[in-house]
Order: sequence, then structure tokens, then C-alpha cells
Amino acid sequence: MINIPSTIKISFKSLRVNKMRSALTMLGIVIGVGAVITMLAVGSGASQKIEEQISSMGSNLLMILPGATTAGGVRMGIGTQPTLSMDDTEAIQRECPSVLYVAPIHSGIAQIIYGNQNWSTGVVGTTPSMLYIRDWQLEQGRPFTEEDVRNASKVCLLGQTVIDSLFGSINPVGQIIRIKNVPFTVIGVLEKKGQSPMGQDQDDTIYIPVTTAQKKLFGTAFPGMVRLIMVKAQSKEDLNAAEKQIAELLRQRHRIGQKQDDDFTVRNLTQAMQASEQSAKVMTLLLGAIASVSLLVGGIGIMNIMLVSVTERTREIGIRMAVGAKTWDIRLQFIIEALTLSLIGGAFGIIIGISGSKVLSMIAGWPTIVSPLSISLAFSFSGIVGIFFGFYPAYKASLLDPIDALRYE
Amino acid sequence: MAIIETREITKVYKIGDIAVNALNSVSLLIEKGEFAAIMGPSGSGKSTFMNILGCLDKPTSGRYLLEGADISGLRKDDLSTIRNKNIGFVFQGFNLLPRTSAIENVELPMLYNSFSANERSQRAEAALKKVGLSGRENHHPNQLSGGQQQRVAIARALVNNASIILADEPTGNLDTKTSAEIMELFTKLNTESNITIILVTHEHDIAAYSRRIIKFLDGYVVSDETKT
Ligand SMILES: Nc1ncnc2c1ncn2[C@@H]1O[C@H](COP(=O)(O)OP(=O)(O)O)[C@@H](O)[C@H]1O
Ligand SMILES: [Mg+2]
Repeated sequence: MINIPSTIKISFKSLRVNKMRSALTMLGIVIGVGAVITMLAVGSGASQKIEEQISSMGSNLLMILPGATTAGGVRMGIGTQPTLSMDDTEAIQRECPSVLYVAPIHSGIAQIIYGNQNWSTGVVGTTPSMLYIRDWQLEQGRPFTEEDVRNASKVCLLGQTVIDSLFGSINPVGQIIRIKNVPFTVIGVLEKKGQSPMGQDQDDTIYIPVTTAQKKLFGTAFPGMVRLIMVKAQSKEDLNAAEKQIAELLRQRHRIGQKQDDDFTVRNLTQAMQASEQSAKVMTLLLGAIASVSLLVGGIGIMNIMLVSVTERTREIGIRMAVGAKTWDIRLQFIIEALTLSLIGGAFGIIIGISGSKVLSMIAGWPTIVSPLSISLAFSFSGIVGIFFGFYPAYKASLLDPIDALRYE
Repeated sequence: MAIIETREITKVYKIGDIAVNALNSVSLLIEKGEFAAIMGPSGSGKSTFMNILGCLDKPTSGRYLLEGADISGLRKDDLSTIRNKNIGFVFQGFNLLPRTSAIENVELPMLYNSFSANERSQRAEAALKKVGLSGRENHHPNQLSGGQQQRVAIARALVNNASIILADEPTGNLDTKTSAEIMELFTKLNTESNITIILVTHEHDIAAYSRRIIKFLDGYVVSDETKT
């Protein structure tokens, strides 16, 4: 029968006797645990940043692009043929049950002038649904309405970057700007969104009614046609169904025969974004795995010191055996010593890891997130390392012959 | 029933091709409460015999009955339990844990037993009192004289109420006066607590404290005399 509390007491006592050595041995684990926590924090910080960017795009998004038609045997690229119309947009809204919102986009690059300032940016002609699709709020002013779309009103919503470039400290709402020399009234300001997952500045944009864009700014030879259509599905689970319903509807509307290829492409934006999120998670794991190596090295340090300790304390082991210590009394004593070293090291490592993550995020300007999971993971890993690397020295100690051990000089 | 009975015990050490017969057919009976001294020249097998009596080692052949029970078939951990409960060791070099207080040294055997922390310190204090070391509980071995260190070792041997104390040259490192004090302590433990004491010594003065003197030579028992 093993007396655990007194075994723990014995272990603590011998660690106290060799304070300096114990502290140095712990250092390896401190660094290991600190590194694991910091690396996981860096990784999950990156994941979270990407996640935020993805949700800034709006969730459950599909994008419908025209083109990819076969003209005389030559397959044209996506977007080369104006095959999507305003009517398609309305039909999708009407007939696809898995679709929540639909908005057309008819856009182009244009020169903007306000007073003596000018700026070149993407002007997006769309409908009021677009703001719902992108989950985009207005910071001030009002959105344009269906009526604005019907009347092709010359009103616009400005992104933050455009405002910063043109207005400075002037309140833009109510001001008149000139887009391609056409005067537009600013009726609202879009809330700041930051970068897209692809690194684009989402705030460098102007929203205007789609009809205005078609008639006044970016007229084409095909009136009523749009560049692309954005769709928000009812839910994540509805994405695939929505994709199918849209494809079916458009094939029917565009009179595409059984054997013909689609003259449009439906792209699942959410899926594409999730791939980059996935790779951030893989990176987190990779960073954690690399940091774990330093924890293993710390474990080897513990094993080294424990082996030295067993040799130095051979006589002590002999005395303990002579007065009745059994195999597992001796083993547990050394395992608990190793475990204590690694757990105390682990506790300090948590502190180092948390402060390390803070410092790193300050220096690199990169968010880091220390999750309770990563802390408990690193801490229990340090415990496992302690037991694993403590076992062999403990095993060696328990195999000593008491007579030889008592005679050891 | 004798507390210790050995029947034709031999111990052979093999070093490479050479076999050393450390013990040759040693048969002895020691009764409970006896005080026996083992004498003999260096290398005659005294320590080997003591180690077997103390269950630290097993004989190559022959049987060893401790309180009537044959210990030859027992496993390592069972022998540990027997050492813990029945046997107290006193060594020439004291064998105390360094950097550890006297009371903690005395508590050591009880750590491998089921005593509570409270019982441990009470019993250790009582044992230290018995060997005349009250007030020295918190001294470390390097703060104690040789005689005092040996007293701590004796207290450690007593603390689990061992019925046998095995002392291998306990006075070998002590001066004459201190040796006499230690021998008086053994005598007191033998007469007052009826503890069986077997000690190894080179010196006739020391052996004179015991009633029985067993002499070893080349692994044989060559004489066994009891004072009348
Ligand atoms: N572990 C051992 N390995 C080999 N020979 C040993 C060992 N222990 C003792 N011996 C030998 O056994 C004999 C008896 O030794 P020991 O019992 O220590 O004698 P004593 O204690 O009477 O001086 C000696 O010849 C010694 O060299
Ligand atoms: Mg000897």
C-alpha cells in the first residue's frame, strides 16, 4: 500500500534541497509551455481575423456570373457574355425558395469629384437588397429605395475610404459629388468594414441605384443586362439547394438544352472563404506542433536531471528500501518529483505564454487569442511530459539492489 | 519457536568464473529476546549473514525461517514489508538522510506504512526520547555528534516496534566512551523492551555486553558460546 501524501511530501522536500537545479530544469518546461501557448494564440488570432473578414463579406453568399458560353465551338471565359438580366434577378427572388435576398450588380471604375478633391473608385449599381446581402449598416443618412431604383435617381452611398479621401471633416450627407461628371446627392454613409479576405479595401466603394448605373454611367449595348448577381441563401444549409434552384431556373429562362453548357456560373463564396479559414487552422496546429518540440526538449532535460539525481541519491534509495520502501514507493517518489518539476514549470509557462502573446501582438500588430483550451492543453501536455520522462529514471531507481545502494559512496 | 532459524544457509557470490563461498552451511537458532554478538575476521561472512537475516538478501541455498515463516519464496515487496514491520537496522556509517532533520529521519520507516502524519511525529518523538535525544528533533545529521547520529539511527530502528534489531559494527566509527553509551542503550532496549539484538563487532569489549558470542571464519560458524 502506497502512502501518496507522504510520497508527495518526500518529493517536494528533495526538490527544495536542490533549488537552483530544480529551477533550471523547470526552465525548459517554462519555455516549452510558453511557446505552445504563444504559438496557438498567434494561430487562433490569425484564424479569428480571417473569420471576421469572411463575415464582413456577409454570410451564405452565392455569386452568379455571366458567360462561359460556347460560341461557334470556342468556349468563352466567365463574364465575357452579358447573359444575366434584371429580369433574371427578379425571377430568382420570386421562384427560388432557398434564396433570401437577390441583388444585381452593374459596376465600373469612375472618377469622383468633390470640390477641388478627386478620387477614382469602384461604383456599384445595385438594389436596396444589397445592404442586407452584405450585412452592411449605414453609419448615417438613409439607404436608397426601390423608388430610387425605379426613377434612376442620382443618389449615392459612400464607403469610409471615399469619404476620407474627399471630405475630410465635412459631413458628406446632403453634399453633391460628381461621378463621371454626373452630379449625385450623397444620402448615406456606409459603416466601416475593413479588408476583405482577399485583401481588398471594402470601404473604397460607392453604391448607387442599378438603373442609374446602367443609364447614366456604364451604359452597354445590352440594356437591362447586369454584370453579376449576388444572392444570400436562407441559411448555410440552404446554400446547395439555392445553387441548384438558381441553375435550374436560369437554364430554363435562358432556354439551354439538355446537352448544352450553362451560360452562367454560380459560385459559392462562403465555401471559397472557408478554405482560407481552414488553412489558418492548419497553420495554428502546425505552429503548436513546432512549439511542442521545445516542450519535449524540456522533458528530456527533466529526464537528464532525474537520472543524475537517482545516481547521486543511490544511498538514500538504499536507506529507503532498507526501512521498507517498496518498488512503487520509490518509483512514485521520482515520478512525482518529475511531475512537480514539469507542472510548476507549466504554471510559469502559462504566465510566460500569456504575456508573450500580448507582447507579440503589440509588436506585430497582429491579434493573438489565448484560449482556455490552449492553456489546459499545454498544461496537461507538460504533465504528460513529466510523467513520461520521469518514468525511466524512477524505474531505474526502483531496480537498485538495497545492499549495493547502501554501500554506494 | 525461535524468532530466527537458519538451516544450512549458503551464500555464493560469483565474480566472473570465480565463486566466493561467503557462507557455508550456517545453521543457527536465535530465541526471542536474545542479545547475540557475531565476531570474526574481516571477510568471514558476518555482513553477508546479517543481510540475509535482515531480508535484504536471499541465501543461495538453505532455509531462513523468521518467526517460523519461511521467507525464501517471498517477493521483493513482501521482503520490504517484513523489513518495515519486524526489523530495525543500525549501520556502522549511521546511514541517515543528509539535510533531513532527526525527527524526519526517524519518521522515515513510517512513511512506508499507514500511519497518519500526527501519529508519525508522536511516535518519532517518543522514539527519540527513548534514545535520549529529546530536544534534538530538528537537528540535521551534520549538527549531531557520531554518537548522537547513531542514536537517531537506533530510534529509527525502534519506531515501528521492530522485534529484531540488526546492528552491523554499530560502534565501528565511535570512540570508546560513546561506544559504551551506545552498548548500554542496546542493553536497555534488550532488557526493558525484550527486543532481540544481533550485533556484529570486532571488539571483545563490545561483544562482552551480549550473553552469546557467535564466531565466523571463512563463512563457517566456528564457535557459539552462551554465558551462563
Ligand atoms: N556483493 C558481493 N559480491 C562478491 N563478493 C562479495 C560480495 N559481498 C561480499 N562478498 C565476499 O563475501 C565474503 C564475505 O564478505 P562479508 O560478509 O562482507 O564479510 P565481513 O562482513 O565478515 O567482513 C568476502 O570474501 C567478500 O569479498
Ligand atoms: Mg562486514
